[in-house]
This record gives sequence, C-alpha cells and structure tokens, in this order.
Amino acid sequence: MSSKSVVALLGSATLAFYSSMAFSSKYNFPEPQSSIAQDIYDQHILALWICLAIFIGVFGVMFYSIVKHRKSVGYKAANFHHSTLVEIVWTTIPLLILVAMAYPATKTVIAMKDTSEADITIKATGYQWMWGYDYLQGEGEGISFYSKLSTPLAQVANKEPKGENYLLEVDNNMVVPVGKKIRVITTANDVLHAWWVPAFGVKQDAIPGFIRDVWFTAERPGIFRGQCAELCGKDHGFMPIVVEVLEQEKYAQWVADKQKASAAVVTTAAVGN
Amino acid sequence: MTQSVTKINVAMLKKLLVFSMIMFGFGYALVPMYEKFCEVTGINNLLQPDVVDKNIKVDMTRLITIGLDANVRGLPWQFKSLQSNVKIHPGESIEVMYEIKNDSDREVSGQAIPSYSPRFLEKYLKKFECFCFTKQVLKPGEVRRMPVKFIIDPQIPVDVSAVTISYTFFALEPGK
Amino acid sequence: MAVVQDVHGHHDHHPSGIMRWVTTTNHKDIGTMYLWFSFAMFLVGGFLAMGIRAELFMPGIQILEPELFNSFTTLHGLIMVFGAIMPAFVGLANWQVPMMIGAPDMAFARMNNWSFWLLPVAGALLISSFFVPGGAAAGGWTFYPPLSAQGGLGVDMMIFAIHILGASSIMGAINIITTILNMRAPGMTLMKMPMFVWTWLITAYLLVLVMPVLAGTVTMLLTDRHFGTSFFNAAGGGDPVLFQHVFWFFGHPEVYIMILPAFGVVSEIIPTFSRKPLFGYSSMVYATASIAILSCVVWAHHMFTAGMPAVGQLFFMYATMLIAVPTGVKVFNWTATMWRGSMTFETPMLFSIGFVFLFVIGGFSGVVCAIVPIDIQVQDTYYVIAHFHYVLVSGALFAIFAAVYYWLPKWAGRMYDEKLGKMHFWLSMIFFNVAFFVQHFLGLAGMPRRIPDYSLQFADFNMISSIGAFGFGLTQLLFLYIVIKCIRSGEKATDKPWEGGSTLEWTLPSPAPYHSFETPPVIK
Repeated sequence: MSSKSVVALLGSATLAFYSSMAFSSKYNFPEPQSSIAQDIYDQHILALWICLAIFIGVFGVMFYSIVKHRKSVGYKAANFHHSTLVEIVWTTIPLLILVAMAYPATKTVIAMKDTSEADITIKATGYQWMWGYDYLQGEGEGISFYSKLSTPLAQVANKEPKGENYLLEVDNNMVVPVGKKIRVITTANDVLHAWWVPAFGVKQDAIPGFIRDVWFTAERPGIFRGQCAELCGKDHGFMPIVVEVLEQEKYAQWVADKQKASAAVVTTAAVGN
Repeated sequence: MTQSVTKINVAMLKKLLVFSMIMFGFGYALVPMYEKFCEVTGINNLLQPDVVDKNIKVDMTRLITIGLDANVRGLPWQFKSLQSNVKIHPGESIEVMYEIKNDSDREVSGQAIPSYSPRFLEKYLKKFECFCFTKQVLKPGEVRRMPVKFIIDPQIPVDVSAVTISYTFFALEPGK
Repeated sequence: MAVVQDVHGHHDHHPSGIMRWVTTTNHKDIGTMYLWFSFAMFLVGGFLAMGIRAELFMPGIQILEPELFNSFTTLHGLIMVFGAIMPAFVGLANWQVPMMIGAPDMAFARMNNWSFWLLPVAGALLISSFFVPGGAAAGGWTFYPPLSAQGGLGVDMMIFAIHILGASSIMGAINIITTILNMRAPGMTLMKMPMFVWTWLITAYLLVLVMPVLAGTVTMLLTDRHFGTSFFNAAGGGDPVLFQHVFWFFGHPEVYIMILPAFGVVSEIIPTFSRKPLFGYSSMVYATASIAILSCVVWAHHMFTAGMPAVGQLFFMYATMLIAVPTGVKVFNWTATMWRGSMTFETPMLFSIGFVFLFVIGGFSGVVCAIVPIDIQVQDTYYVIAHFHYVLVSGALFAIFAAVYYWLPKWAGRMYDEKLGKMHFWLSMIFFNVAFFVQHFLGLAGMPRRIPDYSLQFADFNMISSIGAFGFGLTQLLFLYIVIKCIRSGEKATDKPWEGGSTLEWTLPSPAPYHSFETPPVIK
C-alpha cells in the first residue's frame, strides 16, 4: 500500500469513528457537514485529549500527595519552597502545548474568512423575531422570503404534545444546493441577532446598519437546524434557522417554483416594512 | 495614625482619584480611537465624497464582481438597487442606480449608511457621488432614482474577486 | 458577627445599636457589613437562579414568561457579579488587609464607610426595578445596544445602580491601595507581604483602571437613550460593536478582579494546612501581575462572532491562550506546596482543594473557548455558561467560603461546627457538578444561552442541571445556619486555631480586638 492510501484509509477510519461518535451521542458537537465544521470538531477533540492528559498529570500528583502526605498518617512536612529549574520547566512546557493548539486553529481562522468566489450569495436579515432571506447572487437570484417559527403556540404553552422538531421548525426553510459555496451576508433590522447553524460551523452576529459575511459548503443533502445566538429580546428563543440542502436538480426545481410563484404575486420589496 | 502618614495618604488619594478621572476620560477617548482605527483599517464608512487621482490606471487583467444590496430600517419605504450586481475592472468608473419609494402618506426623511464586505473594501472604494452623502426627504408616494458613482482602486489585493456594497436607510426624526 | 464588641473598653466612644453600624469607621465593622450585604445579595441572586432553573426544568413555558425570564437572567448576572462576589472580596479585604500588614485600620476610614453605604442603595435600585412599569432590564448583564436602548425605566435604574456600584468600588480600591502601600508595619517589605494582600493590591489597581471605563460606557448608553447622542447607534454614524469593545475593555479585567483575590485566599490556606511554606512565592507574585496585565489586552475574545478581521481574531486568540501560562504556574505552585506537606483537611482546606480542582476544569474550558474556530461554535451557548460558572462559582465563591471558614474563628472568637462545615463542602461540591457539568454537553450539542425554552433533545440534561441547582441553592442555607451557630454558640477559639497559620492576624487574640495593631508590630 502506498503511503498516500494509508493516510486516506486512516483518515476515513477516523472520520467514520468521529461521525459515529457524534451521531450516537449528544455529548459532543453535531455531526459536521462542512469542512470547517469538521476542522472545528477535530480541534475540539484534540483540545479535549490535551486537557485530559494535563488534568490526569496534575491531579495524579496532587491526589497522591493528599493520600500519602497527610498528618493523620504521621507524615512530617518538608520545608522546601523554591526551585528555579522546576519553575522554568513548568512555564515552558505549557507554552509549547499552546503553540501546538494554536497552529491548526490559525489555519482554520484564515480559511473561515475566505468568502471569495462564492457560487450563491444569500442575505440573512434578523428581525424581532424571525429571519428574512434574500438570494442576492447566483442561481435563485431575486428570491426573497421570511422564515418564521412554525411550532404552534399551544405546544409552547404545554396545551398540546410537543412535536419532534419543537422550536426548531420554520414555515420557509432556507434552501441551498449541495456542494456549492454559499456566502451568507448577515445584517439586522432592529437589534443584534446571530445566524448560527452548528452543523456547518457557522455563527455570525447580525448587526443593524452593517453587513458581515460567512461561508459554508454543505457536503450532503439534508435538513440542518440552528438558532439565533445573540440575545434579541422577548422571543430570542423562538427564531430558529433551518437550512435545507438539496441535490442540484431539486434545487433548480425549487428555484423555478419560487420564481413562478413570485411572478404571480407582486411581492413586496427585498426588505421593508 | 501620625500626621505625616495622613499627609502621604491624602497625596496618594489625590493621585489615584486623578487616575480614575483619566480612565473615565479614556473610556470616551476609545470612541475616536476606534473610529480612527476603523478608518485606517478601512472598516467603517465616511460620509464624504472621495478625491481620486485623475491618472489612475485601469487594470484590464482583473474583473471584480460587485454585489449591490439595499436595506430599510424603521421607514415606510421600499429601497432596492436596479442592478443586483455589476462587474468592473479596477480603476474603471461606473454608475449604478438605486431606487427608493415612499409607501406612506406623509413626508419622511431618511439617511443611508453604507457597509462593505470584505470590510477593507472601504479603503479601495472611491465614491464621487452617492445618495448617502446627504439625507433624503420623500413626499408621500414619491419615487426617486439615485445614482452612485465610484471606482475601485487597482491597489485592491489581487485575491479579491467579489465584494458587496450595502446601504441601509435609517429613519431620521423630523426636524433633524 | 455582632459578638465582635469593643472588649477592651477602648477610649473611643462609638454609638450603639443601629447608629453604630451607620456611622462606623472601623474596618472590622465595615468588613462585617460588606460580608452580610454580599450574603443577602447572594440569596437574592440565588433566588433568581432558582427561578431560571425552574423554568428550564422542562421544555415549554411554565413559570416565567420570556420577558420576565430575560429580566431574571440579567439581574441574576448583575447581582451576583456586583452585589455578591465583589463586595464579599472587599469585605474580606477590609477585615484582613489591616490585620495582615499590621496596620491599625484602613487609610481612609470615613471614605470606607461611604463606599459601603453606597452598596445597599444600588442593590435596592436593582431589586426595585422589577416593580416599575416595563419591568427590570432584560438585555443581559452585558446590556448590548441596540437591545438595551429598547427597555424602559428599569434600564435607567440599572445604569444608575452601576454608576453607584462603580463609585463604591473605586473608593474601596483607592482605600486598599493606600492602606497596603503606606501603612505596612515596619520591616514588612512588599516581597514579605502575604499573598492575599498582594493579590488584592493588584486587583485594586485593576479596579481603578477599568471601573471608570465602565462608568463611561454606561454614561454613553444613557446619553444615547435620552439625550440624542449616537455613540452606539448606526443611524447617527455610531457603531453597536463599539459598545462591545468598550464594555469588554472593562469586562475582561473584571473577571480577574473576581478571581485574583480568590487566588490570594487559596495561597494563604493551602500552606497553612500543608504546614509548609508557599512554594514559589515570588513566581506567584509575578504570575498574578502578568495575569493582570494580560487581562487588559484580551477583551475582544468575547466578540469573535461580531465579525473581526482575521488578524484581530488571531491576536486576541494568542493573547488569551497566553494567560493559561501564569495561571498554570499558580496551579503547579499550589500542588508543589501540598507535596510532602503534613496535610489536614479542615473545611477551609477542603474548599481550597475543591477550588483548585474545579477551577482547573474552568480553566481548560477557557482555553477551549479561546481557540477561535471552537469559540465560533460555543460562543453564546451553555458551554460558556458552564465555563464561567466553573471559574466564578467553584472558583471565586468556593474561595470566599474557604476564607470565611478560615478566618471566622478570628472574627467571632468561636469555632464553627467542623462536621457541618464538611457537609456544606461535600454537598456544594456534588450539587455544583450536577448542575453545571452537564451544561458543557448542552452547549456542545447546540443550546444557546438566555433562552426560556428549548427543543426536546436538551430536555434530560436540563432536568439534571435544574436538580443540581436546587440542591446547590438549598445547601447554601446550611452555610447560613453554620455561621449563625458559630457566632452564637460555637466553642471558644484559641488565638491561633490553625497550627500552620503564619500570618500576623494569628498573633492577635480571638476574637480580634476592636482596635488592633495601634502600635505596629515589627517584622524581622
């Protein structure tokens, strides 16, 4: 076997391992659906292992000391209180560990900021309390709609049994094609909001009067859910984000349907009151 | 407590009080510092026309896609750009049109605030004419088309191929 | 702690009854009032926390309507930070700093009285804001605009309360700095000061550095709300993100203001009960100073999702991660102090070990949060909630408990009930972890903070967390019982109840006389 295929095999094995872990448990990030989310997932696992190793090291020593060096077993106290060498060592080692953690993070930060060459640009506008989506560029240009929580109020008030996607369902999903680079421009109409879809590793504050942007490329079709992540008033907990990823042909069909519908009804302008 | 210790203490009290007053002022000084920082790094906008060197060269080898975005906040207006995006060469001057319409039955004034993505675009975008330089007052039902004339400085980093210019109209209270 | 009477029949005449407390300029009286005030606020903040956890016990809205829920979270944060933790540490400083440096009292006794009596005013303003039209502030304890521009009278009351609290903190800090720098006993050089005094000196400097900036920030918010300025309003050319910068310029040093004195407390207690001097005293001092300095250049790590250029994100990530180094040095030093000591495990020691153990977990989740890509996922989720409760509850609060048990014999002249103290520790330890450990999982799985209701996948962890929180809340009533029992009917304490105690306060009789060290001791 060539070294390349070994790496590939190992890589996919780890990937499968991580995915199964993420899939089967709720103790970790949701299963990553984009390369950035995958990087985040891996770096978090790495950070956890490093923390665990240090934790066991430090508290191993401390608990050994607690068990052995106690007065009740007759241990007599030593009287040392200084060692320059030891102190230099335990200042340097953490520094090196931190460098090892910062290096992959730096690469991801730079990748996250690269919003150029997007296939589709969508503007997400935060309102108190719903999201507005405008397809600004690329396939689907001109499509514009609001996306509101569709969970009935009776469920919130405990008058009806709660559905499977309680508080994570909307009337109009934001629809994107699979495998295309989607650039999301965020802004807000009133107060701060934040557009967050964990599966894509994307979270960006939406600021009134300013635009910010992020990007993601969904790797497989499906429905992915997120929530507003910046306190925005009374119904902050009730403005979810649902992204539906479709195969290319189905996406084209969705665009055609949407455009037909909007031709029939004279819609209101892109954003407004 | 002896007299001399009291004296030293009061001197120290004065120093520390002055220091906290300075820090209170520093809180305010952060405002212009932040604006200056944003200006240097090109993060925020300036509401004045830019002066451009006449001999600027057009870079025909590059083409930049400019997305044009429009938002309204707290106004009974419709606001849109007539082209959703344009492609230009850096250094080439271009004019794009925006349109606002007052849907209400009263006179309303608004001020447009620009925002850019990527944020350093501010540094390379030179605007000669823009509706955002002054406030806009619209009579009931009035429709107005407004141009924005600008060039993009060829100095813009080579890896930039797509940018977005966004305007948000904010309501101005009457009398302002 | 009314038992701390003027047992020596001193020449000073002071009023008795309520007027004694209103007019007192004695550092011990004022310290006592600070501690009782902070405990009262701790109960109020705890009540709000119980409300929050009760609402989150099950999915759906049961007890608190969303707007009231937001007021609960906002006031819980403000009251715990400004009303409970900070005054408790100032109370400890009032009692202990003069006794530990051999000074007769604080440098400015009259100002000390004022800085305390401002606190109940601010506390009353915050609590009564629940009952004004429009309700209390509901924009989070960070009160970001434009949301904080929307609230009613409650927000103005909050702003005014913060002004008062800021003035009180600045006066308190000036007092502490002057006391430490000018009033040490002859022979006590800076590098001979106890660690608790050192950490408070550095904390007090941080306070005068950043509290005025907070005062400036809320003043700008106030003028934006009422006088037509546009510091944070995009329509007038301002920027809401500017508020976040200015707020966190105060806010990040603020979290070190709450943890550095805790480091000091633990650095006193661990050597005492290990019967061995503190390992690496000078490196402890340098580590504290470097943490304080670094804390002033990391503020924007609270804003990684606000849309910063990559260079900014990287700078703040590196600077933040760097704080782990001096913090690690402290943890290693504590471990080395315990190593080959002759340890006993009375309640103060248990709380100190609990502090180190849980603070390290909070420190690790802090490093995880510092890594920008991971922070993008966990920012504003329950992961962050878990992180800062590990550093502020099992960090700052556990250290305050440790300090109270440690010094209560000196203050009251009586011993607390050791058995009950240990019970308080173990119940706190268990319920704390039940309440907050699962919140890490909630955050990772995607539960945002500050929401009154959540989707079904988060239901079981929330229920566990609520049960832990109720248990933790109830346990603290036991603490109140222990303290009252100690003051009323505890066994008489010796002058030096802890065999390993080596600082100056243990040379005084128990309870400490109303006026101590009027003739300064000489330090060799």
